[in-house]
Amino acid sequence: MSPFFQWLEHSWLGTSVNNSLWAFAAFEAGHLLALAVIGGAVLVVDLRMLGWVFPRQRVAEVATEARPWLIGSVVAMFLTGIPLMASLAFSKYYFNEAFRLKMYFLAAALLFTFFVRQRVALGDDVRANSMVAKAVAVMSVLLWSGVGVMGRGIGFY
Amino acid sequence: MSTMLSFCQWLANTPFSSGIRESTYIYPVVESVHVLSLCMFIGLLLLWDLRLLGITLRRIAVSEVWARLIPWITVGAVLMVISGLLLFASDPVRFFGNIFFRVKAVGLFLALLNALAFHLGIERRIVEWDTSAITPRAAKFAGAASIALWAAIVVTGRFVAYNWFPPLV
Repeated sequence: MSPFFQWLEHSWLGTSVNNSLWAFAAFEAGHLLALAVIGGAVLVVDLRMLGWVFPRQRVAEVATEARPWLIGSVVAMFLTGIPLMASLAFSKYYFNEAFRLKMYFLAAALLFTFFVRQRVALGDDVRANSMVAKAVAVMSVLLWSGVGVMGRGIGFY
Repeated sequence: MSTMLSFCQWLANTPFSSGIRESTYIYPVVESVHVLSLCMFIGLLLLWDLRLLGITLRRIAVSEVWARLIPWITVGAVLMVISGLLLFASDPVRFFGNIFFRVKAVGLFLALLNALAFHLGIERRIVEWDTSAITPRAAKFAGAASIALWAAIVVTGRFVAYNWFPPLV
């Protein structure tokens, strides 16, 4: 992986962010705004699966409403996160344990959300209200919290 | 202003403040709580604001969206305020002198004002538009203003960490 991280830092994107006074801060602010959106879009569905919000609406209805915001915020996260990563790819993130853990949590959260949680939420109504769905919701909150905490941890490591 | 500065200086010299400032773990933990509760508070508040704009959850009555979301928004808000006050207490003089912190404080005040204006204004006639997908102009304005103000609060909050400008005090 180290050649990739070195290439990324010396790429046009990495050097552009590095040479700008405000680019890093601006992408960071955008990343934080997308985090707020992802928080709401993930949480509202997980809370519904737990039966703690909108109990009169079907799980699938809440998940359908949240879906464009979930996908939009994930896209915004990548669009703002990749320039941040590129700027210090090898000189910081490659050796940063919190960054590494964040990437593991992110991969797990994305796979779990789109291959498990969305299927349960948008699928059969009985299953979407079952104990399995509640366990899925708890797992989703834990995985995404891991991404957030490790993301904040990058700066402290 | 000098009274506020004196207060900040007094607070900075308390063992409470230096305890947070000098601890290896308290600051990172409190800041992580601040960021995670941001997701809960602003993320769910956004869904409410989008309902006021007539964009999401349009099939659910406005009053029901509010009633269902408000317990969670409140939990998020309480965590934000507690963690935010602790972060402020860790280094009050620096925050007080930071231009972005001051802009953020103004943003918070305006966001509260906007919520109050909504509560005293168009919310009083909510029975007339509660179940309609298309919301009145005043409700749309309140939703849009809330989104804009909270976005500005998040951005200026993040910028507090940068010392692009000399301290004001």
